[in-house]
Amino acid sequence: MATLGSFSLLIALALAAYNLVAGAAALWLIASGRPARVSPERLADTARRAGIAGFVAVTAAAFALVWSVFTNDFSIAYIAEHSNIALPGAYKFAALWSGQEGSLLLWAWLLAAFGFVMRLRHKTDVTLYAYASAILAAVQVFFLLVLNFNAPPFSLLTGAIPQDGNGLNPLLQYPEMVIHPPMLYLGYVGFTVPFAFALGALMMRYPGEKWIKITRVWTLVTWMFLTVGIFLGMHWAYAVLGWGGYWGWDPVENASFMPWLTGTAFLHSVMMQERRGMMKSWNMWLIFSTFLLTILGTMLTRGGLVSSVHAFAQSTIGSWFMVFMGIVLAVCIFTYILNHKHLKTEHHLESLVSRESSFLFNNLVLLTACFVILWGTLYPILSEYVEGSKVTVGAPFYNRVAVPIGLFLLFLTGVGPLLPWRSTSFKAIKRNFVMPTVALWVTVIVCLVCGARPWSDGQFQSGAFYAIVGLALCAAVLVAILSEFSRGASVIAKQTHRNIFAGAWLLTRRNTRRYGGYIVHIGVVISIVGLCGAAFNQNIEHELGLNDRMGIGPYTLTCTGFTQDSNANYDSDYAMLDVSYHGKPAFQLAPEKRVYLVSGQPQTMVAVHSVLLWDLYVVYEGSNPDTGQPIIKAYLNPLVGWIWAGLVIMVMGTLIALVPSLKPGAAATKPSGTPAIQGGQA
Amino acid sequence: MIALKLKSTFISATRPLQAIALAAAVYLSMGATDAASRYNDLSHRLMCVCGCAQLAGECNHVGCQDSTRELAELRTDIAANLSDRQIFDAFTAKYGATVLAAPPARGFDLIAWIAPFAVFLAAALGTILLIRRWGGLRVGKSGALAAEGSDEAALDPAERERRERIRRETGSDDGGF
Repeated sequence: MATLGSFSLLIALALAAYNLVAGAAALWLIASGRPARVSPERLADTARRAGIAGFVAVTAAAFALVWSVFTNDFSIAYIAEHSNIALPGAYKFAALWSGQEGSLLLWAWLLAAFGFVMRLRHKTDVTLYAYASAILAAVQVFFLLVLNFNAPPFSLLTGAIPQDGNGLNPLLQYPEMVIHPPMLYLGYVGFTVPFAFALGALMMRYPGEKWIKITRVWTLVTWMFLTVGIFLGMHWAYAVLGWGGYWGWDPVENASFMPWLTGTAFLHSVMMQERRGMMKSWNMWLIFSTFLLTILGTMLTRGGLVSSVHAFAQSTIGSWFMVFMGIVLAVCIFTYILNHKHLKTEHHLESLVSRESSFLFNNLVLLTACFVILWGTLYPILSEYVEGSKVTVGAPFYNRVAVPIGLFLLFLTGVGPLLPWRSTSFKAIKRNFVMPTVALWVTVIVCLVCGARPWSDGQFQSGAFYAIVGLALCAAVLVAILSEFSRGASVIAKQTHRNIFAGAWLLTRRNTRRYGGYIVHIGVVISIVGLCGAAFNQNIEHELGLNDRMGIGPYTLTCTGFTQDSNANYDSDYAMLDVSYHGKPAFQLAPEKRVYLVSGQPQTMVAVHSVLLWDLYVVYEGSNPDTGQPIIKAYLNPLVGWIWAGLVIMVMGTLIALVPSLKPGAAATKPSGTPAIQGGQA
Repeated sequence: MIALKLKSTFISATRPLQAIALAAAVYLSMGATDAASRYNDLSHRLMCVCGCAQLAGECNHVGCQDSTRELAELRTDIAANLSDRQIFDAFTAKYGATVLAAPPARGFDLIAWIAPFAVFLAAALGTILLIRRWGGLRVGKSGALAAEGSDEAALDPAERERRERIRRETGSDDGGF
């Protein structure tokens, strides 16, 4: 299998190189109109077919690696390093992306798969697809060069073949880990497609905005996968690392967040290009930046450039990525300088208070947030270079700098939908903002009445202050969005004699992009409500002997026993806890501590009881080496469940936005003879 | 009468500035002073030096010698009534600059704190100037923020907005993701 895998990767490299060279040559011949012995169209088609064949070759390599994991072929260094005989099947599959070489192979395979689908759909626009195909092939050549010459996944061990492997890192032996990395990679790799189309469109001076329409589905799906990947990573950190949190501002977390921010900015500002022919250069650079940030993220993860709990060991791979980034940036700048006149805007912004300007400010804030995170991530390198000593840029920095920016973005999320395109009147602004403003102040009052105060013992609490501001803004944004829904739904309901809910459903179906987008915004707001809860987290740690008790919030935990279990993969210790709620028996929890047999590494398995209001999060930390008593740490984390619920709503909204809108004629309206809508009803 | 009007104009004009000044004062006064909240605050501004990349106050390794020692030193320093800066200086001298969870706001590291806000302000200013250059800040006679140079621009903004809303709410595909 190692031989098959290695040869497949070499063949894939040759095919990708042919795809790039032949594709580029064909496009040059077509653009220059020079006569050639071979028809450029046929040459371009052979390049396209080489790309399709490349997918088969990379799939064969990925299959060879997965097969080797499942057959415990420890002659391959990667398998010996990342798997063992007793590893459960799902985690053996996850071994494909648990190490550097495997995850690069996953990247190459996903890129080949995206390219496969794209090349099959080439008839949509043959020339534009040919450009995009050649650009995609160039990216693929880079990854296959790395896989063949710097990080080969099929390297054989020298010397004796071990009887068993080292096993998968215990931190990765968790269900989310089977899903989180592929989702994140789908997001990372997926942005290559809109990047390829954007660069291709610029190279060929593509007329109109059709390329944006072609890539819209790619971009949305990619954004959705990246969002899901980030949230699954958060959930994994919450459930596995046992520190009660879900986001630590680790450089690798930041690396995934940065392209999400620029991708989100692109999704918003591209609407201005579609609708009004504005911000063409801006959008081009947003998608270029998003792609470059995905490469930067991979470089940070793989290259050991910054210290991170996620980063793989130091390797020379970072320099490969740096050179690649430099080449990509140079190509982007060169192409832009050559063809930027093609991107001349068709309209200018007409008013500071309009939908367009809200998008502009939304972009400004998203990019500032991206800059803050990039700055914080790379500042230790700058500091070391200038001052000779490294510094840490951790949570306190981001909480002070990024949180206010995030709140401003939340404010814009509410304001944007209330503003019409082009311009508006102060009277209309006043009318639209009454209800959200009322909601904002009501929430502040409710928070204060419920005991959430930005001060404690006479001291100002910045976390609580931001949380209350955040919750108030969430309420305002939610009311703003829902009032948009209800206004439209009531018009439709009157028109078609339906109830308001049926009206809302028809409204959404008639304009899935707009209302799907609003649902995504609702999801974001719900998640932010959950994030605000972190300001009011409580925790308590106790040595807990048999029948000992500890209390947190309305819960009392009573230790009823300890037990042990073992299987071929790990030994585990459980603490059995009876939990009562306001003194009444409620449920049981069994936090666990595992020790993996092959690696000898310990691992925490957190017990979580989640309700709408909070999570009771219990960690069995092990035994105190001095007293022998087990140590239990309990957290009461308010509103955490809202974060995950928000993700579900975001995914739903994105899926709705992907569905084509119902044509007005196709709407199943009840015959009513209702006159045309009157303006005053709106 | 005029003086009264001027006074009320002045008050309404300076109200946003007062709000900003209040917010800045609140922001700058962040930080707790009593022992328990200081311990909680400072333990979340120091890193555990064991290499776990967690804050000292959040390190969850049972028997972690480093975070236990750091937290004990922190308690002693707080009991000795040292200022935040003295505590951070003592920790930096002992463990190196990486023990601080964020760069100190002095010397070269001040740039770490200033740069994000400077970039934001510069970008916001640039955006406003750009919109201004495009003519987006002109105020029409009716008190509306005017649109120019198009057919619909001649319409009353309220009328244009009404039309826009009707188009939007009755279903034509007018944007969105």
